[in-house]
Amino acid sequence: MSGDVSNERMLELLLQMARIRTFEETIERLNREGRIPGFLHTSIGQEACAVGTCEALEGGDYVTSTHRGHGHCIAKGADLRATMCELYGKAAGQNGGRGGSMHVSDFGVNMLGANAIVGAGLGIALGAALSSKFHESGRISVAFFGEGASTNGAFHENLNLASSIGVPVLFVCENNGYAHEAPVQKILSVPNVADFHTGYGIPGHIVDGNDVLAVLEVMTEVAGMVRATGRPALVEAKTYRQRGHHGGDSGRHYRSADEIEAWLAKDPILRLSRRLIESGVEREAIDAVLADATREVEDAVDFAEAAPLPDPESALLEVYGGDSGE
Amino acid sequence: MIPVSREITFGEATLEAVREEMRRDDRVFAIGEDSGVRGGSFPIFRGIAEEFGDARLIGTPICEGATTNTALGAAMTGMRPIVGLHFADFMLRAMDEIGDQVARARYTFGGQCDVPMVIRAYDGVVNSAATQHSGAYEAIFAHFPGLKVVMPSTPADAKGLLKTAIRDDNPVIFLEHKRLLRTRGPVPDGEHLTPFGHAAVRRAGADVSIVGYGIMMSQALAAAERLAGDGIDAEVIDLRTLVPLDEDTVLASVARTGRLVVTHESWRRSGFGAEVAAVVAEKGFADLRAPVMRVAGEDVPVPFSPVLEQRVIPNAEGIVDAAKSACGHG
Ligand SMILES: Cc1ncc(C[n+]2csc(CCOP(=O)(O)OP(=O)(O)O)c2C)c(N)n1
Repeated sequence: MSGDVSNERMLELLLQMARIRTFEETIERLNREGRIPGFLHTSIGQEACAVGTCEALEGGDYVTSTHRGHGHCIAKGADLRATMCELYGKAAGQNGGRGGSMHVSDFGVNMLGANAIVGAGLGIALGAALSSKFHESGRISVAFFGEGASTNGAFHENLNLASSIGVPVLFVCENNGYAHEAPVQKILSVPNVADFHTGYGIPGHIVDGNDVLAVLEVMTEVAGMVRATGRPALVEAKTYRQRGHHGGDSGRHYRSADEIEAWLAKDPILRLSRRLIESGVEREAIDAVLADATREVEDAVDFAEAAPLPDPESALLEVYGGDSGE
Repeated sequence: MIPVSREITFGEATLEAVREEMRRDDRVFAIGEDSGVRGGSFPIFRGIAEEFGDARLIGTPICEGATTNTALGAAMTGMRPIVGLHFADFMLRAMDEIGDQVARARYTFGGQCDVPMVIRAYDGVVNSAATQHSGAYEAIFAHFPGLKVVMPSTPADAKGLLKTAIRDDNPVIFLEHKRLLRTRGPVPDGEHLTPFGHAAVRRAGADVSIVGYGIMMSQALAAAERLAGDGIDAEVIDLRTLVPLDEDTVLASVARTGRLVVTHESWRRSGFGAEVAAVVAEKGFADLRAPVMRVAGEDVPVPFSPVLEQRVIPNAEGIVDAAKSACGHG
């Protein structure tokens, strides 16, 4: 089992999850205060999926994400200051302030973007995997998506296509129980998203998405296999969205208080902290990691607050590139 | 005139239309993404399940294409579906179904069936929704023979046009601007139907015709007020339906004013303004005393940052400038 992960590595995983948690709790507040514009979908409670998966990847591997993409972006190594600037709509954001929360990206670390169209990331990840195959680069792709996306044709077409042409792409479904207000059992024809794997002739796995060590273990094995065989795989991480669908949704009128409480008790950061204590790590060491995360996020906010807005005229640039550019 | 006894929002007006038509005709049913139809920020069918039961509000997974063709199949066989696709951007996930199937079914099969269905969606720019949630695609739909395209600008029209759409035996694309949903206005009591193909003259004027629809109507009227201050008397025409298009009202107006400004929030290039300009060039050329001006969205995806977003959408100021230029005051 995952008993052989060192305390140092566990503290590193804790830092990564705490970074995402603090980042999202902070932007949630800034969005409410009107400092950050637009729609905001947080992944609070789902951090173990992003961190456990990206920890199992190599630096050059590609990642695509969804409207709920801050965690994936940060876990893949995106610069916090630039990511915060993107959320503020500042010029120093990775997209120059054109994308915002639903389009956070960092092509410098092969994070090919969050995407506001459900299911769109799967095909893009597949294409990046095809590119890796052409280049014989040994890279793989990960497509993160929600269980809601698995009810869309894009999911089914891309799983079949990836399997039939044979490309190294790892489809990672974060099943957080609800697609907006719709409970998963209402929109899915099978009990688990992973069940679809048989239909497409690829391996399928289910993992406890709130246990970062379990995610790391499964993803290390499956990513290794995808890389070795050059073929796709499907992993479903069972998790829970602690917040509403987006900033304007309390998430409480369609989910019971008991259900939310039960999942809060399985919070991935809480669980890893407990595990660290059991492994003999001092409470102070854990607190120090959490304080580091807070400092990093505060620094990003200070940076973004002071950063200049884009020049309005820049809105007209870069619709085309190359010779047809302006 | 029908007596007006109350003011309601645009969104409420559409729900009244759906409820009244579902009571009137039990072939009418609603279908759309479960996640978006009952609640959420823009509940397209709020309260419908409570009154009519789950059988007449079918909540679907996230499958716009399958939903649209399902509605088509039902429409071809005696039902009258109202499809809610939420953001207009998601209609692009059903573009084969809308373009290849829905628009052409009657014609392809030699008129053996009616296609009585409405596809509703929320479009346009609102609050930094960014590139994939700000789109308005009426020009694309208007290009497809077989589709009718409706873009209401007031609560009264939202209700009257939606009721007409539901009773139409052809597929109707019904587009509601997100920034209009919470606007309030008078809506007549009792049965209220607004016919297709009849533009509304929102303000009479003699010097320049400002033609638009949907969200740009408030901007056009604000522009007309400012122009009046500068001694320019603008006529403001709300097309209400793009297909069918009320060419007569536009041509008659231009015959009087000799000047035309067309406005829409969606992209300028190949936008619906080009169609209006072409109709006037073909049929009212002799009446024109100045080049036709278009005030529309810049030809770029709608960016997130508010300073960028504001830069790419048209406003009253742009209409004022265009009208002045057409009147030789530029
Ligand atoms: C093609 C498309 N249809 C509908 C939507 C609206 N929408 C945004 S998020 C969402 C729910 C997605 O659920 P899931 O895939 O499970 O992801 P989660 O929000 O749970 O992370 C929906 C329906 C969209 N963005 N794109």
